[in-house]
Amino acid sequence: MANYYIPAYYLISKTLNVEIIKTPFITFKTIEIGNKYSPEFICTPFKYTLGSFIEALDMGANVLIQFGGGCRYGYYSELQKQILKDLGYKFELYNLVTAGKTDIKRIYKIIKKIDKNFNLFKGLYYLFITYKMIKYMDKIDDYIRRNVGFEVEKNSFNNLLKEMLEKFSLVNNPISLCYLYHKYFKKFKKIKINKPNNCLKVGLIGELYTLMEPFSNYYIEKELAKFNIEIKRFTNVNYLLFSNKKTTNKALKKAKKYMKYKMCADASSNVYWTKYLGQKKYDGIIHIKSSFCTPEISVMPILNKVANDYNIPLIFLSFDANTSEVGIKTRLEAFHDMIEMRRK
Amino acid sequence: MNCYLGVDIGSISTKGVIIDDNNKIITSAYIWTEGNPVNAVKKLISILKNDLDDKYIIKGIGTTGSARKLIGLLLNANIVKNEIMAHAIGTLSLYPDVKTILEIGGQDSKIILLNNGIITDYAMNTLCAAGTGAFLSSQAKRLNIAIEEFGPLALKSTNPVKIAARCTVFAESDLIHKAQVGYKKEDIVAGLCKSIVLNYLNNVGKGKKIKPPVIFQGGVSKNIGVLKYFKDILNLDVIVDNNSHLMGALGIAILAKKNKTDKIYDLNIQNIEFLTKAIECHGCSNNCEILRIYKDNKLIDSWGNRCDKYIKN
Repeated sequence: MANYYIPAYYLISKTLNVEIIKTPFITFKTIEIGNKYSPEFICTPFKYTLGSFIEALDMGANVLIQFGGGCRYGYYSELQKQILKDLGYKFELYNLVTAGKTDIKRIYKIIKKIDKNFNLFKGLYYLFITYKMIKYMDKIDDYIRRNVGFEVEKNSFNNLLKEMLEKFSLVNNPISLCYLYHKYFKKFKKIKINKPNNCLKVGLIGELYTLMEPFSNYYIEKELAKFNIEIKRFTNVNYLLFSNKKTTNKALKKAKKYMKYKMCADASSNVYWTKYLGQKKYDGIIHIKSSFCTPEISVMPILNKVANDYNIPLIFLSFDANTSEVGIKTRLEAFHDMIEMRRK
Repeated sequence: MNCYLGVDIGSISTKGVIIDDNNKIITSAYIWTEGNPVNAVKKLISILKNDLDDKYIIKGIGTTGSARKLIGLLLNANIVKNEIMAHAIGTLSLYPDVKTILEIGGQDSKIILLNNGIITDYAMNTLCAAGTGAFLSSQAKRLNIAIEEFGPLALKSTNPVKIAARCTVFAESDLIHKAQVGYKKEDIVAGLCKSIVLNYLNNVGKGKKIKPPVIFQGGVSKNIGVLKYFKDILNLDVIVDNNSHLMGALGIAILAKKNKTDKIYDLNIQNIEFLTKAIECHGCSNNCEILRIYKDNKLIDSWGNRCDKYIKN
């Protein structure tokens, strides 16, 4: 998913004595394969991940890792296991999150099964570095998102990011990682941008996979950057792994007016973020989801209400395997024209 | 005298207007696209040209609608804009205090909310064509009724049948069922018009505050049956302009006027050969379909690539 394969690769290669097969980047082939073997009305991330699994298995992988979450995501691993077995593949599929819980003991046992010589202390040491790496990456990404639409030289942010991630994957201790992060943050700040003080600002919220996998949202951030828009996105891996619970609890308190109980997946957080963006006087909100994503569909009426209260335009975009790219572009163009017109 | 051309190329119909400096329509045309936007536009331009007085010179051309990019190239347009902006601008020029625009076209439907002449919110239908003109015309064909008679027939009904409005597939099987149990044709047609309205309000109009004045436009607005049910269900007066089908073209013509330069355009496109060739780029497994646009056998533009690997040549 996006650039997160780098910390994942880093963690596994440093701690386990296994051969890692890098699946190719997601392309049309991935979604075509995934679509072929998936139930039609399943949410789109299922199709993407199934497609990636098949591509990996065809390249010779025999151990697959899947996670789970507080929605249909929780059933992904079971269903995918069955579909792949029916297709005749031989593999082990481990689900690291079951019944919505991360059981450390269980994960330890799974790791021991994969690699008998796994060293717990070494594992924890590199886990810590990976944790820091993800945190730094997300901070840098946030800075890039706010500024990439205004870069003077094309691709200057992207090229520096690539360079930084390459350096990141070579570190061996947290101190040099920290040093690299600060060094590169300074470099990022030095990149020439042409940003007016009152630029248009848009918040991106919605379902996690479609938000974070640029291929699945047709590179929406790049499209928005072309219109010279500053982008704010809350969902990242750091949020998913480490601050999810905290944010949900905060959301229930801060957006008490709009919801009484916790909603599944990231729905509650999205309500809070909509309110936050409204209060911070952003120009608009784009809500992204994969088609048939139940938590996000159920939260839409509430988001509409919040957006109405704060008088902030909000549009909903759904992505499936065959969504028309032209249609999405038309809607984004109109959205940009609208928020620009509202400013005047 | 200066004049400006606006062309709106939709999936079903192609519309064109020519306006003068006061946004007044000099001439207009409305023809079917028939799946071939280039030919449709050639036909449209020849109609418009015949009606246009020699004293006018064209100072700006704008295109909108789903084929706006291609036709923009064909006509050398000085502005290419999405339908939402075009519809809003066009309607505002005639009804400056409009608050809600309901638009149902051939393949899509949209709602635009405005306040003090500024678009404040909009929505377009997603994923499926339920509740659009295409569905109406396919059902009209199945019932063997000319689409023009659809509205008047619906008005005759006193007891419209209930039809599942959510999805065209369910709506169609519902329709067949209702016909087979012997409902009168006008009741079925009225039920269909009502289902279009309910579908629109439940999908596109969901959560939107519809405030008067309400303007209804797009091809379907010519159907007085649909109009009646909009009025009944919203309990508001709904205005349909005589040129309601031309609003997009009018809007883009106005935008072309605003963006005018000193350039003078001619409309001699009849003999230009315009060709789109699609090739697949095999740089990666994305296999992007790259559209290459040729004008008189000369490549003028290509698009569809996701990365910079494919270089124009």
